[in-house]
Amino acid sequence: MSLFLQLTLTGLTNGAIYALIALGVVIIYKSSGVINFAQGAFLLVGAYVTYWVVGQVGAPWPVGVLATVVVAALLGILVERLALRPLIGEPIISVIMVTIGLSSLIAAIISLIWGTQSQPFPSFIPNQNITIFGAVTPADRLYALVLCGVFLLGFILFFRFTSEGIAMRAVADDQQAAMSMGISIQRIFAVAWAIAAVVAAVAGILVANIVGVSSDVSRIGLQVFPVVILGGLDSIPGAIVGGAVIGLLQAYTGGYIGGGTEQVIPFIILVIVLMVKPYGLFGQTRIERV
Amino acid sequence: MESGIFQTTYQKDMALRRTPAQFIRLGVLLAFVLVFPFFADNYWLTLANQIGIAAVGAIGLNILVGYTGQISLGQGAFLGVGAYATGILVKQMGAPWPLAVVAACFITALVGMLFGIPALRLKGLYLAIATLAAQEIIEWVIIHSPDLTGGVEAMVIPAPTLFGQRINSDFRFYWVILVCLILTIILTTNLFRTRTGRAFIAIRDQDIAASVMGVNLFRYKLLAFAVSSFFVGLAGALTAEYRTIISWERFTLDTSILYLAMIIIGGLGSVTGAVMGAAFMTLLPAMLQLLGRTAGGFMPNILQQIPFLQQAFFGLVIILFLVFEPEGLARMWRNIKDYFRLWPFSY
Repeated sequence: MSLFLQLTLTGLTNGAIYALIALGVVIIYKSSGVINFAQGAFLLVGAYVTYWVVGQVGAPWPVGVLATVVVAALLGILVERLALRPLIGEPIISVIMVTIGLSSLIAAIISLIWGTQSQPFPSFIPNQNITIFGAVTPADRLYALVLCGVFLLGFILFFRFTSEGIAMRAVADDQQAAMSMGISIQRIFAVAWAIAAVVAAVAGILVANIVGVSSDVSRIGLQVFPVVILGGLDSIPGAIVGGAVIGLLQAYTGGYIGGGTEQVIPFIILVIVLMVKPYGLFGQTRIERV
Repeated sequence: MESGIFQTTYQKDMALRRTPAQFIRLGVLLAFVLVFPFFADNYWLTLANQIGIAAVGAIGLNILVGYTGQISLGQGAFLGVGAYATGILVKQMGAPWPLAVVAACFITALVGMLFGIPALRLKGLYLAIATLAAQEIIEWVIIHSPDLTGGVEAMVIPAPTLFGQRINSDFRFYWVILVCLILTIILTTNLFRTRTGRAFIAIRDQDIAASVMGVNLFRYKLLAFAVSSFFVGLAGALTAEYRTIISWERFTLDTSILYLAMIIIGGLGSVTGAVMGAAFMTLLPAMLQLLGRTAGGFMPNILQQIPFLQQAFFGLVIILFLVFEPEGLARMWRNIKDYFRLWPFSY
């Protein structure tokens, strides 16, 4: 029983990190219909900028986090402006490849500046062990869980009550109609990329705190695809539920079956979901029969 | 000065080469590839062999992505299937290597078809992600079945022999690759003059319209996956025979991305483009390395940075091509030809 509890806790906290990364993907997809394969690179940016400002320059950590948020937001806007906007109306393969190219470029620039050696992350997030019902977890994982809840609530409120959020939903629904209502689509895309980059950078800080600052941080970006597909590409609650389900499944298969099965199980789930219910648990169904 | 290419018979209009200039260029190219290995040193022969193998794989991928419009991120895994199938057949079952290579092509075609099944329900982004899953699952299976593939350890196979000669040098293998590449090019260019090939293109341009006109989507999408994987399997098998060491690290998602970059930079839906893209993406890191070595004389710390510079340039050329010349090198080549054809009234 205690193993079960332990695995559940590990799964949920890992799932929270997945969900955070998935949130960014969902927000970009929701407004512009683009899947961002560079999400892993944004994680790297978050990890390294914080490491640089806090660990190397020696600034207090709130400054570091603030700097990371600002850099990530600027990067998101820059990427949208320089790489994505010229590709509006181009086939999907081009859009996918440009984000892949970006991720390669960003990762390379980071390696050029900081090298590939794994660095210890400055410890400002407390990570002593906390015991809950006999299951032990480092405190930083719980922060991910809390942060995830805060972001979720924030985004639900943002999309429901602010004019910016409503405009984003309008753009996602019908770009031409949104334009004729006076919404600047370019602005909305830029905001979506900025938000996605910031969320990913924050997730990057949490991941780096767990695995250390290295290029491995971006590996976790791949795990995000099973999560978003399971939850539905355009659903924010879906990202959270998908993150939790994939995190839990990985923890259970790793704990009970072992042998590396936890690495492949998300992708098997992914194939099954795509075959049975391609739009995921909460995604909007677009009916197109061939 | 001509205003266009006009033919007076249907037969001439359907021909692959229609103008004297095309025949001359083809002749020059053929003469070059036949003479090249006698003058090139080992470094250039190695590069040429790498380009040849990459070109076979890129043509295969282009059949699926460029001509049929089905995005695949599973290229690396399919190459791996071809390579490991060859390795297992040669090493554990003792099959003669030409037979093993052909069998590996068919095995890869079957695996490709299996992972093409999701394409019947999915398209665009969703299909891309499904093939990403295929990539990860196949890679995982390769690593986790050590009895069959050697797992994380590399698999070593004996060098192939032909007519009693061991094909163990770059010079000798060059001819094997050249024959395979020429066969692939001839088969593929002709494929798109048949009903099957045209059905592929119809699916890419508008799948609903294609099905209304009597193209069986189920059949032709699977067929596209099979044909494409067949050639990809050939490239994988050639890699195995050429390197004689098969390691899973060669067949990761990065490989899939590299091949996608080749066909995008070369030109989607163009056989020539796939070959040019393969050459470009193989030569780019090699030339950067050469440049880096030269610069290393007076900038010593640039040497460790070369891999990252290669990676950065890789990302950069993808972005630049997509933004400025989405139709790739094939289009640039066409523009150059048009410029000289219409000279001095080029526009």
